[in-house]
Amino acid sequence: MTRLLEFTLNGRDRADAVADNILLLDFLREQIGLTGTKTGCDGGECGACTVLIDNRPALSCLTLAATVAGKRVDTIESLGHDGQLSAVQRGFHEKLGSQCGYCTPGFIMASAGLLRKNPNPSEAEILEALGSNICRCTGYVKIIEAVKYAAALNAQGVSP
Amino acid sequence: MNKLVPAHNIGGYVPMIDGPEKVSGRAKYTADILQPGQLAGRIYRSPYSHAEIVEVDVSEALKLPGVMAIITGADCDKGFGVLPIARTEYPLARDKVRYRGEPVAAVAAVDDATAREALRRIKLTVRELPAYYTAKDALAPGAVQLHDKKPGNIERDVLFELGSTVQGFAEADLVREGTYNCAEVCQNQMEMHAAIAEYDALRERMTVHASTQVPYYVHLMLAQILGMEMSRIRVIKPHVGGGFGCRTETLNVELIAALLAREVNGTVRIVTNREETFITHRGRPETDIKLKIGMRKDGRITAVECECDQRGGAHSGYGVVTILYAGSMLYAIYDLHNVKYIGRRVLTNTPPCGAFRGHGTVDIRFAFEGLVDQMAAELGLDPFAVRRANLLQAPTFTDNDLMVNSYGLPECMDWVERESGWKKRKGKMPKGKGNLRKGLGMACSHYISGASKPVNWTGEPHATVKIKLDFDGSIVVLSGAADIGQGSTTILAQTVAEVLGLDLGRVRVVTGDSEVVPKDNGSYSSRVTFMVGNAALDAARNLKAVLTNAAARKLEARPEDIECLGEVYRAGRQDKGATFDEVVTEALKDSGTITVTGNYSTISESHGGKKYRGAAIGGTMGYSYSAQVVEVTVDEETGVVTVDKVWVAHDCGKALNRLTVEGQVQGSVWMGMGQAMSEEAAYHDGLMLTANMLDYRVPTIQDSPPIEVGIVESNDPHGPFGAKEAGEGSLAAFLPALTNAIADAIGIRFNDLPVTPDRVFEAIEKRRRKGNGSV
Repeated sequence: MTRLLEFTLNGRDRADAVADNILLLDFLREQIGLTGTKTGCDGGECGACTVLIDNRPALSCLTLAATVAGKRVDTIESLGHDGQLSAVQRGFHEKLGSQCGYCTPGFIMASAGLLRKNPNPSEAEILEALGSNICRCTGYVKIIEAVKYAAALNAQGVSP
Repeated sequence: MNKLVPAHNIGGYVPMIDGPEKVSGRAKYTADILQPGQLAGRIYRSPYSHAEIVEVDVSEALKLPGVMAIITGADCDKGFGVLPIARTEYPLARDKVRYRGEPVAAVAAVDDATAREALRRIKLTVRELPAYYTAKDALAPGAVQLHDKKPGNIERDVLFELGSTVQGFAEADLVREGTYNCAEVCQNQMEMHAAIAEYDALRERMTVHASTQVPYYVHLMLAQILGMEMSRIRVIKPHVGGGFGCRTETLNVELIAALLAREVNGTVRIVTNREETFITHRGRPETDIKLKIGMRKDGRITAVECECDQRGGAHSGYGVVTILYAGSMLYAIYDLHNVKYIGRRVLTNTPPCGAFRGHGTVDIRFAFEGLVDQMAAELGLDPFAVRRANLLQAPTFTDNDLMVNSYGLPECMDWVERESGWKKRKGKMPKGKGNLRKGLGMACSHYISGASKPVNWTGEPHATVKIKLDFDGSIVVLSGAADIGQGSTTILAQTVAEVLGLDLGRVRVVTGDSEVVPKDNGSYSSRVTFMVGNAALDAARNLKAVLTNAAARKLEARPEDIECLGEVYRAGRQDKGATFDEVVTEALKDSGTITVTGNYSTISESHGGKKYRGAAIGGTMGYSYSAQVVEVTVDEETGVVTVDKVWVAHDCGKALNRLTVEGQVQGSVWMGMGQAMSEEAAYHDGLMLTANMLDYRVPTIQDSPPIEVGIVESNDPHGPFGAKEAGEGSLAAFLPALTNAIADAIGIRFNDLPVTPDRVFEAIEKRRRKGNGSV
């Protein structure tokens, strides 16, 4: 069955016809063409597909598109304004929190979700917030630096 | 604006030039490329480990509306494989299946759901054969052969003895022997395998987007499998989500996508899932090692005898090379003589293994550094001292003719010894609370900066780079080097910008499209910075010569009097000079658009030796070196080992980019940690039990320690700006440094990997029951 899904995506209201059984991840990537959100596993293993639903990090591979009706969904494509990278994006770029880049959108959205809720996280809070995202390149050391740097930029007024 | 100093970037902390795409979601990976009308491809895989194919019945599947084509082994009669001597694998199995998960048939359909339904309707009829899941079983007398031409299921055996081990062991004060087992591990790169193939029947042209480390190999194998001229094939490599070796060979998925695309005369996209990526992995083989070392009282090693069996899986892949590396790379780190090596690469009914970061060297290094540590303790020697007693004196050639020019291992050891506080802390670690025990361990490792002889020997230079300069003043570097996240594109831009004294923003790098860029031998064995970096250096110098000549004409001076300041060229300090743009305009008057070429070829002294068959493997222009200290806490109640901190020093010759060197070294250490502590591809009757990231346990951010990196710069005489590799050499040392640290903490030495909590717990329990432990 198909239904009309009304929700807010990256700050814009929209209405789409969606199949009842399509995952938010597949809807974003295959139907809308927003491929910044990545598929990294067969469901709930890696965090590469993390998006924000009403500002909370969520795995789009375990979310039916139909369930975001009336909600606000933000993907990696929503970050950065006026040609500038957001604080978290700058952190991951400048501190090399991203190597191959495949897990990066998921890590960035999970980090953005953390900083929106908690602008000054401790290291333990960073580890907890990113505990379900897998990166195979960095060993995480520079990811932790990236999030700390992003928090510092955020404190200077750069949006996360 | 005329700057009066040339811009410098080499040696700085330079963020990757393609970073903005990656952090904004704009970077396109193969699966992100959506084209109108493209069909979905799916692969039907063997549920049997070893069987003769009687029939692949696709008739019911073909009846399904929306199914556009189905192909089987009958549609591809040519073998493929990375090594010219071992092209025995087919895109889709013919006659026989040899592992669970081997591709048997493939479907192209209007959408993924239809393709999946079609797979359910395919019927495979077989006659099952005995299957072998361990090297031992496959080697047993009377075992059925997996491949007709490989009696005894031995893909390759290696035997060499250089010097005399009999004499060497006779000179030893202490001889010890150990047996070691390292589990099979998978690259598990974050991007799953994917390919998009587009066939144009009218022009007989094939375009394939492939997630690969070596577009050139994909190109070669497509031509071979499709029976097409290479000039009619175009291979495009988009962003690649990690490789770690699994993408250094052409994979079935790329070939199958192309076969389907030709069948439907259209575009087919295959995106495999994580389970498929696991069950067709090309990882590090399960390895059994028997190692014997002779040592004098002063720590000097007098003889080494090593037996190594690798469970290679169902097809050769890189197998021959892997088993040779394991032997040859016993050398080039310490001064060894009297070495005997017996290696066997065994064919088994498990997924084919391949080249995994640290190719061939990791498991051997684990055994070696563990046994050396154990013997040092027995002789009352410090682990650093015993290694210092066996250092090479560079420049030198090893007994197996490997050329060692730069050797920063002593400085690496000094750095980690100092930074970890080793002298004050080793053997004096405070007991933790309750059941917690702390320990320190160290180990060393090394790796090549690219194999000196490429797999496909053609006589061409090892690497070629082009630079284009046109009316707009933009410098465009054209290279076939595949950036897979390691940052090769950034290094090429840095190299060219440095030579020309220009800001990095002036330089663009175009890679990954066979229609545009020069061929490259690919991103494997850490060759790109060294080989392609040297070619880029050559190209940039050639371009600088063109610009200097043009400036000389414009300024009416001699070329040798021209000073290049990047944005300004001038003849002497008093001269106002000409701007870069003016010089470009002058240079274009001669030739129009300027293209220059840079080449790099390795020297024959680096090609390894001929003392045994396959002795060229291991030859390189420069070896990287690494030393590590690992600090652990072991909970004797639960068996849980926590890595508290790692100190690692890596000799990369010269850090062209300190940021990416640190990132590569940290990533290597961490990947070694996964293999050492939690990762294992486990099977039941050939069915992989760990084909997801929950059961195949990759360390999370919460499991991962701080990793402090020291960069040692030995300035290799042949490396670009003195550089050597940074992306692999630090992996191997973690494994033995960990088990050495655990031995320091609880007095138990683990020779089998991974060292999981249950293994540690079991060992502690065993000691407790024996009553000789302190627990």
